[in-house]
Amino acid sequence: LWKFMSAFQQCLSPWKFQHPLSQQQFAEEERQWEATEVKEADRVPDTMQTPDVPPLTPAKDQFQEELVIRPLHSGDIYASFQFRTMWDTDFLRGSKVSHYRLFPKSLGQVISKFSVRELHISFTQGYWRTMQWGQPFLPSPPGAELWVWFQDTVTDVDGAWKELTNVLSGIFCASLNFIDSTNTVQPSASFKPLGLGNVTDQRFLRYAVLPREIVCTENLTPWKKLLPCGSKAGLAVLMKSEKLFHSSFHSQALHFRPVCQDWKCKSTVWELRQTLNVVFDLHTSGQGKRGERSLKCYSMVIMQACVVFPLQGELFELSPTTPLLSQAVVLGDRRTYSVYDLTNQATFGQTRSLNMLLRWRAAESGDMLRPLLHGERYVAGYGLQTGEIHTLMYNNHPYRAFPVLLLDTVPWYLRLYIHTLTVTSKGRDNKPSYIHYQPSKDRLRPHLLEMLVQLPPNSVTEVTMQFERALLKWTEYTPDPNHGFYVGSSVISALVPSVVAMDTNSTRECPLFSSFFPCKEESSYFMRVYTEPLLVNLPTPDFSMPYNVICLTCTVVAVGYGSLYNLLTRTFQVEEPSPGLAKRLANIIRRLRGVPLL
Amino acid sequence: MAAPLTLLLIVAVTIRAVLFRSSLAELIPERVEVVSPLNAWKRVVEGLALLDLGVSPYAGDVFHETPLIIYFFHFVIDYAEIVFMVMGCVFLLQFRKQKYALEAERYPLDCLELIRTPKEMYYIPLKVAMFYLLNPFTILSCVAKSTCGLNNAVIALFILCTVKGSSLMSAIFLALATYQSIYPLTLFAPALLYLLQRLYIPVNWQRSSFWLFTTQYTFMYLGSLCVMVCLSFFLLSSWDFLSSVYGFILSVPDLTPNIGLFWYFFAEMFEHFRLFFICVFQINVFFYTIPLSIKLKEHPIFLIFMQIAIISIFKSYPTVGDIALYMAFLPAWNHLYRFLRNIFLVSVVLLACSALFPVLWHLWIYAGSANSNFYYAITLLFNVAQILLVSDYFYAYLRREHHLTHGLYLKRKDGSEATLVLK
Repeated sequence: LWKFMSAFQQCLSPWKFQHPLSQQQFAEEERQWEATEVKEADRVPDTMQTPDVPPLTPAKDQFQEELVIRPLHSGDIYASFQFRTMWDTDFLRGSKVSHYRLFPKSLGQVISKFSVRELHISFTQGYWRTMQWGQPFLPSPPGAELWVWFQDTVTDVDGAWKELTNVLSGIFCASLNFIDSTNTVQPSASFKPLGLGNVTDQRFLRYAVLPREIVCTENLTPWKKLLPCGSKAGLAVLMKSEKLFHSSFHSQALHFRPVCQDWKCKSTVWELRQTLNVVFDLHTSGQGKRGERSLKCYSMVIMQACVVFPLQGELFELSPTTPLLSQAVVLGDRRTYSVYDLTNQATFGQTRSLNMLLRWRAAESGDMLRPLLHGERYVAGYGLQTGEIHTLMYNNHPYRAFPVLLLDTVPWYLRLYIHTLTVTSKGRDNKPSYIHYQPSKDRLRPHLLEMLVQLPPNSVTEVTMQFERALLKWTEYTPDPNHGFYVGSSVISALVPSVVAMDTNSTRECPLFSSFFPCKEESSYFMRVYTEPLLVNLPTPDFSMPYNVICLTCTVVAVGYGSLYNLLTRTFQVEEPSPGLAKRLANIIRRLRGVPLL
Repeated sequence: MAAPLTLLLIVAVTIRAVLFRSSLAELIPERVEVVSPLNAWKRVVEGLALLDLGVSPYAGDVFHETPLIIYFFHFVIDYAEIVFMVMGCVFLLQFRKQKYALEAERYPLDCLELIRTPKEMYYIPLKVAMFYLLNPFTILSCVAKSTCGLNNAVIALFILCTVKGSSLMSAIFLALATYQSIYPLTLFAPALLYLLQRLYIPVNWQRSSFWLFTTQYTFMYLGSLCVMVCLSFFLLSSWDFLSSVYGFILSVPDLTPNIGLFWYFFAEMFEHFRLFFICVFQINVFFYTIPLSIKLKEHPIFLIFMQIAIISIFKSYPTVGDIALYMAFLPAWNHLYRFLRNIFLVSVVLLACSALFPVLWHLWIYAGSANSNFYYAITLLFNVAQILLVSDYFYAYLRREHHLTHGLYLKRKDGSEATLVLK
C-alpha cells in the first residue's frame, strides 16, 4: 500500500495546469514554475556548486497528460491522448544513469546504449482521411514507422540501427525485426530533427516503414507500461483495448527528443511524448444518428487529468459546461477550447466523477475548413509486368503557392524508371527544383526519391513514374503471395502558409508600422501528410514446381549435351547386319574352341 | 549481284521504317522475348537519365550495358533508329566477300553432286543477307532498339575480318564482342584455327610457327580487351561496371522471364544449390569449345557457326536477336539439306513456339488464367527445337565430310546398299 501511495504521489505532484497555449504563454508558465525550483537549489551547500559535479538537486522529471476530444464534421469523434515525460539527465557525459523516476527504464537503457538522439516510432491501424476529418495533431502512416537520429559519436550506424530495431521489436511486441537494409533509407531533407541539436548529417538518420504491420492489444499493453503509472492511474485508465480498437483509426506513437529546459535554453532535457490518436466511428459505436451522444467509451471514473474540448457553440453543446475557455491556433486553425482541469477540485463538483455529455445541435454539419495540403496515391496500369505510380498533391490555399518535399521509398522489386518521371500541375510541366534519387540495388536497398516541388495555388500536382515488376525467387515471396506486396506511404512535408493568420482584412485595425510585412504569429506551420500505402501484385512462379523445373531444365540441357556428345565421339560406320541368335551362340563356342568363326 | 542486294536493302529499310512509325513501336520494346535486362533500350535511356541526374548508372540495378555504349549513345541518342538500321546493313557486308570452300581434288567420282558449284556459291551472300534482314526476329529486335543488333554487327565484322585474313582487326573486333558480353570468348578458338589455316600453318604442338602465331594473336586480343576495359574505367572513374555488367551476366540475379532456360530454373532453385547450378550452367556454354575445336579443326567456319549457336541457346539472357544471328548462317549450308533428318519437325516446332510465346505470356501476365508454367513449357520446347536444329546441322555436316572421303553410295560387304550409323 505504501508503495502504491508513493507512486501515486509521484504521479500527482509534478502536474501542472495544461491547456494548449501558444509558445510564449507556455514559456511564461515555465518561468513561474522555475522560480520555486531555484529557491530549493539555494539551500544546497556551496561546496557542491562546482561545475564538474552535477548539483544534487532533486531530479526534475516532470509528467503531464492531456486528452483532446474533438467532434469531427463527419460525426466521428477524434480523441487524442498525449503523455509527456521530461527526463532531466545527462547520459551523454558518460555518467551511468541508474535512477529512473518517471522515465521508463526499459526505454532509457535502450536510448543510452545506442546513443540515440531522437526516436520516433508509431503504430497505426487505418488510414487518416484528411478530406473528411481535417488534419490530425500528429500524422502517422498506416503500419509501423520508425525514424531515428543517432548521436554523432556513433561509429557504426548500420549496426546500431539493426540492434535498435530488434530491441524495440522486443519492447513493443511488434515485428520490427523485419526492418533491414531492404526497407531502410536515409532521407536527405524530409526528416530533419524535431528537437534541439545542430547535427544534420544524414548519415546519422535512418528511416523505415513497415506498411504491413498490424496493431493490436499486444502492442498497446507494452506502450501503456511505459507510462509512469502504467494504466492504473491517470488518463491511461480510460484506454480500454476493446473500445480503442473498435474504431476507424488507431494510432499510438512515441516521440523522444531533446528540448530546451526553459526559455533561456541553457540546458536540455529529454522529452518523451506518447500519443494515442483514435477516431471513433459514428456508426460502429452503436449510435446511428447524431443526437445525444454520451461518451460511453469513457465510462470509467476520471480522477485526475485534464480534458480539453474544442468548442463550437453552434454545432453542439457540452454538459457540464466549464468556465475555462482558451483559444489556440493549431495547424493554422484557430479554435476555442473548453478546458476541464481535473487537478482542480472545482471541476468535479459534488460527485467524485466527471461524466461528459456531448449533444449535437444541428443534424448536418457546417462547412469544414478544407485542409490546405492533401495527398493521394494510386497504382495505374494493368497486368503483372509494368505499372505506374501516380501521386496527387492538392494545394487548397486560395492564393499562395508553397514548396513541398515529397519522399518516396519504393522496394527494389518494383523497378522504377526515373526517366519516365513527370510532374504536372494544371496540365503543364512543373520541373522539381531539387531531386535526390538513389536507385535500388536488388535485394540490398530500396529506391529513394526526394523531390522539392512548388505547388501552385488552388491546384492539383500529379507526379507519375513507371515501374516494372520483378519476378522473385520462390523463397522470397510471403506465405500469401497473391495478396500482393505493400509499398510504404509517401511523405509530403511542407511549411504551409496559414489561411487564418494571413487574414489581410485584419490589417485595418493594426497600426501601420506593424502591418506592412505579413508577419503574424504562426504565419506558416509545418505539416506532414502521409499518402495511402500501395498494394502491388507481382508475377509469381508456381510454388509446387521446384523439383519438376529442375528435372525438366536439366533434361533439356542433357538433350543438348547428349546429341553433341554423340556427334563428337562417334564416327560413321557402315552398318553390318548382326547375325541371328543361333549363329552368335555358335560363334562364341567356336571362339572358345579356337576355330575360325562363321 | 549489286542490284538484288540494293533491292533487298531497300525492302528491309522500308519494313523497319514502317514499323518504327506504327503503334507497334511502343509494344515491341516491352516484349520479353525481344529484349532482356542486358540489352533493353529502356534501360539505356534510364542509364543516360541517371547520368544526367548526377548518379552513376551502375549505382542501381537497372543498367547493365558497358560504358562504351554510354559513350556511343550519349551522342547518337536522337538518331537511335537509324543507328540500328545501319547496324543491320553492316551485317550483310560481311558476306560480300564470301569464302569459297576450297574443295580438295581427290574425291571419289560419285561425289560430284556433293560439291557445290560456283553458281550456287555466288548466290549465297544474297541468301544470307535475305535470311538476316528479312527474318522477323531481326526486324523485331531492330524495332525494339535492342543493343543485341549492335552486338550482332560486331560479331559479323569479326567474322568478316577473320575471313579476309587480317588478324589484327579480327582480334580487335573479337575483343569488342567479348567486352560487350563475355560469351564470344569461345570464338577465339575458331578464329585462331581459321587464321592458321589461311596462313598454311599446321596445328601441331611442336611447330614453333604455330606457337608464334598463337601468342601473337593472343596478345593482340588481350591487349585490345585491356584497352577497352581501361577506357571504360576512365569514363566514370570507377570499377563498378565490372560487377554490374560481367557480374550480372555470370551470376544471373535478375529473373525476368525470357526465352532461355535460366530464369525459371533459378526462380525455383533451392538457395543452397544456387551457386553450384550457376557454375554448371555457365560452364555449359564454354566447355563445348575444346571438343568441337578438335573435331572441326579443319572446318573453322562451321565451328564459328556451332559456337554462335551454342552461345545463343545456353547464354544467361538470350533474345530472338541472338537466334537471328546464327540462323542467318543457315543458307551458307544449304548443300547439307539432303542429309538433314529433322528439319521439318524443327521448323514447325520453332514456328509454333514463336506464335505461342506472346499468347501464353498474355494469358499469364494479363489475363491471369494461365500461370508461369505455360510460358516455361514453351521456353523448354523452343530450346529443344533449337538444340535439335543445331545438332541436325552438325550431323549433316559430318556426314557430308564422311561421304566426301568415302564416297556417296556406299556398299556393304555383300554388295547391297549400306546404311550409315554413328558408332
